[in-house]
Amino acid sequence: MLAYIVRRLLWTPVLLALAAFFVFFMGTCAPGDPAELRLGPRATEERIIVERARLGLDKPLLFQYGKYVNGILKGDFGDSYHYQGRPVLEILLPKLWVSVQLNIAALIVAVSIGLPLGFYAAKKQGTGRDPAIVITMLILYAMPIFFTAPFLILFFAVKLHWVPAAGWDGFFSLQIILPAVTIGIPGAAIFVRHMRASTLEVVGQEYVRTAHAKGMSNFVVNYRHIARNALLPILTIMGFTLAGMFGGSLIVELIYGIPGAGRLSLDAIFQRDFPVLTALVLLSSGMLVLANLAIDIAYTIVDPRIRLQ
Amino acid sequence: MASATQTDHMIDDLPPARGHWRNVWSRFRKRRLALVSLIIITFIYLLGIFAPVIQTHDYQETNLRRTQEGPSTENWLGTDRAGRDLYTRVVWGIQTTVIITVVSFVTGSLFLGVSVGLVAGYFRGWIDAVIMRVGEVVSAFPDILLIILLAATLRPRILEFARNIEDSTGINGLVSSGIVDYVVIGIALLPLSWFGMMRLVRGQVLVLRDAEYVQAARAMGTSTPRILFRHILPNVVSPIIVTVSFGIGGVALSEVVLSFFGLGVQPPRPSLGVMIGEVTARGGASVSVLRDHPEQLLAPIIVVWLLIFCWNIVGDALNDVLNPRAR
Repeated sequence: MLAYIVRRLLWTPVLLALAAFFVFFMGTCAPGDPAELRLGPRATEERIIVERARLGLDKPLLFQYGKYVNGILKGDFGDSYHYQGRPVLEILLPKLWVSVQLNIAALIVAVSIGLPLGFYAAKKQGTGRDPAIVITMLILYAMPIFFTAPFLILFFAVKLHWVPAAGWDGFFSLQIILPAVTIGIPGAAIFVRHMRASTLEVVGQEYVRTAHAKGMSNFVVNYRHIARNALLPILTIMGFTLAGMFGGSLIVELIYGIPGAGRLSLDAIFQRDFPVLTALVLLSSGMLVLANLAIDIAYTIVDPRIRLQ
Repeated sequence: MASATQTDHMIDDLPPARGHWRNVWSRFRKRRLALVSLIIITFIYLLGIFAPVIQTHDYQETNLRRTQEGPSTENWLGTDRAGRDLYTRVVWGIQTTVIITVVSFVTGSLFLGVSVGLVAGYFRGWIDAVIMRVGEVVSAFPDILLIILLAATLRPRILEFARNIEDSTGINGLVSSGIVDYVVIGIALLPLSWFGMMRLVRGQVLVLRDAEYVQAARAMGTSTPRILFRHILPNVVSPIIVTVSFGIGGVALSEVVLSFFGLGVQPPRPSLGVMIGEVTARGGASVSVLRDHPEQLLAPIIVVWLLIFCWNIVGDALNDVLNPRAR
């Protein structure tokens, strides 16, 4: 297992470098000459040539890539085309931080609904409640965010006036509730599905029967013997769920008017601000890769059986 | 003893021997929810395929005297803010979804995913390693962001390419027919569709390549392509069908998302995503439309919702029916 982690640790930088190359290459495929875009439509031919040389655009692709990666390692993702040469990172980081907060809130919603409900459904297997929960969750999972978001706005903001309809006011505010719930619902559905399956697997184990036979209280057996073991496999799907929720948050940000990475990525596309877009894709995939790595390592710490393999 | 009598009982109950697929069908038919789902899916797809026949208006036709109207005998689902018929636009939007789904699955998942999976699983070694690493890089990106990036950067190139073809061959209407949109979306969805299928096929092939009947075929001097396509592929068909049925909902949703962002199908051609985007207006701009006429969202959203939900149910049922061992 240690060898596996070491291999993963060694592979991660390579993976990120390849991802960076892909993103960089797609960026060069993008329409428009960066030098022209930076100088505006009235620039003369000579100035464009000088600017191209200054930006290193006349050098071979691999050289440019090397320069790009070198910049990234120093925390420099290039300059934005649109915002008059401001560094990309300066524009990107505040927006990305908003998205990260939103996703954390959504993850809290998903976990706090999904895990208990999945556990409950598994414990109620054989009764009508189990299939009822499973079907409801499948319906919620299939429900497009385009539906959840407007519906929640119309009901809780426009009709009941409980929360503001849109906007962003930090993590601890009323505004975050609706978007977090919108993203969290499909996530919760995934957690219910997996938690139910893994609980069912644990419930049939012999040590659970032994615990019951010893006369331990239901509460202790449920939480110490069943839930804690059922939670282990859930850790691994956390990464995938995060990726899915991040995609969902792009749409949610647009509908709720949240100034996060989703809004920014769309603006970047229509303003042809490709340095911003590529940096955004790269940063978010980097976070995803690292999150998955962290989860894998955490998994071996939490579950000693894996470490011994 | 109990289990023995149970097996006897089951053997008695078995229908007379017949083809594998007829068996599968008869088992599938017993699942009422899945059957209903399949009927709904078929109905929705038929609506899309016959859109030109069953439309009541032209999908571009605007009527500014009848905007934002509710359902009537003239406009079955009402009209949008430009007075276009919502029913006609939904039906054409479904056609877009059908085309994208078919194109993306035939090229990405089936052609690329299956063939690469077969090669990687059968030959192993460095080919396998390279393919898997490429797949890992691609799956390191958040799906939607990658699709958005591809669609945004590729569209102008593909548009330019199509214009060149038009100029050099004299074929007209290539750009205006919307084919470019389909190609852009198809390519943008490729990374999403091929890797999952490839990994699945590879995993199956890794097991099957050492199966005794494959070893026997090899010992008899059967050619490699024949082993791959006659001996291994038929045994991988079941999981492929299950994966496809689970994946279709996701692909349909991705097209809707892309068009919602304005990167997929371009107006005036209707798509469910464009229709949703016009009401929710990608943030802010037309909150009033959403507040005053939220019912305009219902038709496109219910179609998307039904497609995803029903494909999930069908996928679940197919999984049970096609993999008796997993039951």
